[in-house]
Amino acid sequence: MTPRPSPRRDPGALREQLSRDAERGGYHLNPDVEFTTALAEGLLANEARYGYAACPCRLASGDVDDDRDIVCPCDYRDADLLEWGACYCGLYVADDVLSGRRPVGSIPERRPRRGERRASPREDGSVRLQGGCFPVWRCRVCGYLCARERPPGVCPICRATQDRFEPFA
Amino acid sequence: MDARGSVAGREPGKHRTMFYGLSTCVWCRKTRQLLEELGVPFDFVYVDLLNDDARRDAVAELQRLGRDERFPTLVIDGATCIVGFQPEDIRRALTT
Repeated sequence: MTPRPSPRRDPGALREQLSRDAERGGYHLNPDVEFTTALAEGLLANEARYGYAACPCRLASGDVDDDRDIVCPCDYRDADLLEWGACYCGLYVADDVLSGRRPVGSIPERRPRRGERRASPREDGSVRLQGGCFPVWRCRVCGYLCARERPPGVCPICRATQDRFEPFA
Repeated sequence: MDARGSVAGREPGKHRTMFYGLSTCVWCRKTRQLLEELGVPFDFVYVDLLNDDARRDAVAELQRLGRDERFPTLVIDGATCIVGFQPEDIRRALTT
């Protein structure tokens, strides 16, 4: 039996995994397979180079605390999907792009300049809503909220990792 | 992939074109393909492939032109900047 290609090494396998995860959360990968496979190659290159899958279309610093907002899926994806129909690199697209009703192209950068960015989510600093029993956490990628002692390991909506959650107040 | 280099083009260019890109970026790849299709000469640098000092210098060059570290950026004749894959703007700037 041929072993399945690992999504940690094979761009095609990573693209397929990203597509499955996206559809599960109500998102869509760009239907241009050549384009998204090239982006998956870029994500794998950045993961090998920096230790995290920074956006292939942005210059990562090599410091994950500086770059957490651009680890794919980036903090800016959902706002760009709403406004432009695609995220900055074009990996994810909105419904109207998927159905061919809207073209997709290179879009302006939404990420604030260095020094103007929000701080990385804090480890603690959890907030309890008035009268609530549990701290509330917000996923910085998709806005998912949950009330529990710690954020989930992976966002059930967008698959962002635990370090992308911030206290919600 | 080379971090820096020059592409001669098919004929002497009317403009001096500098391409700043990332080796992992698909919009950068499309922009470079368009330059090659147009047959214009250009210099290129893939900023993510540079060592730390050279990377800082390349980002400083963009900042001197009033630009951020956004890719692809084309600098034409040391002044005009086209940021992102903008095929119509690129064609207009380089073929007139």
